Amino acid sequence: MQDNLKSSSYQQLEQKSKYTNMFLRWFLYFVLILFASYFIFPLYVMVVTSLKTMEEIRQGTLLSWPSGLNFDSWAVAWGGRGYGAGDTFLKPYFWNSIKMVVPAVFFSTLIGAMTGYVLTKWRFKGDSWVFLFLLFGCFIPFQAILLPMARTLGALGISNSIVGLVLVHTVYGIPFTTLFFRNYYVSVPTELVKAARIDGAGFFKIFFKILLPISAPIIVVTVIWQFTQIWNDFLFGSTFSFGEAAPIQVALNNMVLSSTSVKEYNVDMASAIIAGVPTLIVYVLAGKYFIRGLTSGAVKG
Amino acid sequence: MKTLKIEDLSKNFGSTEVLRKINLEIDEGNFLVLLGPSGCGKSTLLNIIAGLETINEGNVFIDDYNVSKVEPKDRNIAMVFQSYALYPSMNVRENMIFGLKQAKTSKEKIEQQLEKVSKFLQVDQLLERKPSQLSGGQRQRVAIGRALVREPRIFLFDEPLSNLDAKLRVEMRREIKKLHQQLKTTVVYVTHDQTEAMSLGTRIAIMNHGVIQQNDTPENIYNKPSNTFVADFIGSPSMNLIKGSLKESSGEISFTASGSNFEIPVKGYEFKDKSNLNNKEVFFGIRPEHIYFKKSNETDFEVTLRADLSEYIGHEQIMTFDYANQEILAKFPSTIKIELTKETKLYFDLTQTSLFDSQTEERI
Repeated sequence: MQDNLKSSSYQQLEQKSKYTNMFLRWFLYFVLILFASYFIFPLYVMVVTSLKTMEEIRQGTLLSWPSGLNFDSWAVAWGGRGYGAGDTFLKPYFWNSIKMVVPAVFFSTLIGAMTGYVLTKWRFKGDSWVFLFLLFGCFIPFQAILLPMARTLGALGISNSIVGLVLVHTVYGIPFTTLFFRNYYVSVPTELVKAARIDGAGFFKIFFKILLPISAPIIVVTVIWQFTQIWNDFLFGSTFSFGEAAPIQVALNNMVLSSTSVKEYNVDMASAIIAGVPTLIVYVLAGKYFIRGLTSGAVKG
Repeated sequence: MKTLKIEDLSKNFGSTEVLRKINLEIDEGNFLVLLGPSGCGKSTLLNIIAGLETINEGNVFIDDYNVSKVEPKDRNIAMVFQSYALYPSMNVRENMIFGLKQAKTSKEKIEQQLEKVSKFLQVDQLLERKPSQLSGGQRQRVAIGRALVREPRIFLFDEPLSNLDAKLRVEMRREIKKLHQQLKTTVVYVTHDQTEAMSLGTRIAIMNHGVIQQNDTPENIYNKPSNTFVADFIGSPSMNLIKGSLKESSGEISFTASGSNFEIPVKGYEFKDKSNLNNKEVFFGIRPEHIYFKKSNETDFEVTLRADLSEYIGHEQIMTFDYANQEILAKFPSTIKIELTKETKLYFDLTQTSLFDSQTEERI
């Protein structure tokens, strides 16, 4: 009798907890879907608008589905309409950006790796001060250095050129890349360097043969970070370059702001997507290493 | 010719003095263990021998040649590290021959050395593996192999066993011992583990606060500690140091613990200096394992003590007794039954005692 009573009350409790769990689970899904759509919404609008004709845009709503896959506006955004003056399109500036971003990412990553290596494995007097001042570089508002940088570029004779932008981005990338590599190399046992020194390897050999080969995770993090920063930069691009030497973000701005008569939303949307796609590609290709590199530091083995 | 000689060596990091006037010599084929608590400067000393740290004062000689300003790679030494320090991106083969390649050794010679050493250490099946695919013991072997292929004059070991679990540690300890027996190379070995030091070393240098306390054979370190630090550091549990004073009457010397008038004769003890012994304040040192439950030698001296505490640890038991309000520890087989709080007859082995000046804490 007693036992029966007990087991029935346990059944009730079990039932109750089952309902509570089910409710919480559905609530969780609801919240997640809500947030996900909130983030996907702008991208959806951009893609569908870029595929519509101007006629459709004027008649339909923001969310309506395009009548077909119409890539005309993409062609216009990339290659222009084919007539001379005032026709701004992205193709040449896209290549400008590539020419700027590849060497800038390469040099800032390499220099950051070396500085991080020196600051952790070849400690010298005052090295923590050097690191501290480098960290200041991460927090200096870029507006503050526009004027001195413009003077410097002028003095070097590389203002309004891709080379000038490569220099600017390399210099202002070094604080971040150094921070990344320093924090990574701190967790690499210094005994590795000692062993290599006894084996007869020098400064550069230890760096290139022993430390760099185990730095893949942090290299990925740094490359993604630097690529995104430099590709998406508008301030330096618009200040230190104009006309033909401008990177894509500046061109995008000119294109969208300087349309003559009618606002061509479909072309604008296509241009914006084209300007944003490379960073997306980098994330998709290296994203899983990005997470791994940010969370792991220690090298075991 | 001394294989390694260290002369008046001092080292400081900023204002912290790490090593003070270190003098040390090793003959060919000896196994020297640097033993001490953490922070005593033993690893720094090893790094200085390797050339990884600079010297403030003094000199290091290898084969009578002053190497104080010579690069690590040119000192003809090899080092095995606590974390093994195998290059993670290289496989076992590349790890082992990295040093030889840097030294521009010929291909044939490299292959020959690699084959010889990898067979010897039984890692010849692992040559293509990465360090991350090896077990702790295998990594240890590869690290030793990397040192062996270079055929150095001196091997330096920096706590190579402390990353291994207890069982493997005992195993690898034996392997290192065998290795030394077979190759008869000169070794300097840093550890904080006294069992390791005792079982491996042909000589042990005990360090504390950057000073070598005693540099001697394991037997002498154990039997004739040169000061109270060494006496206390070696042995588990460590040596009993009973505070008291000496008394000399008609050529017979005896020890009386403070607060008691019970005399223990000091017979057959080799004093460094026999003068002024009367009324000298001393520590009377006797190891827990030299206090017996049954009289075993003629010279054993009978005392009656009260048992206060018993610690059972399997094969033996550690008993705490009261000796004129001073704690004395003794170690017996666990088969012996001793009742607590009761007076028990015990026997001190008087051939195994040490006496220390209570002021200088040095052996007298």
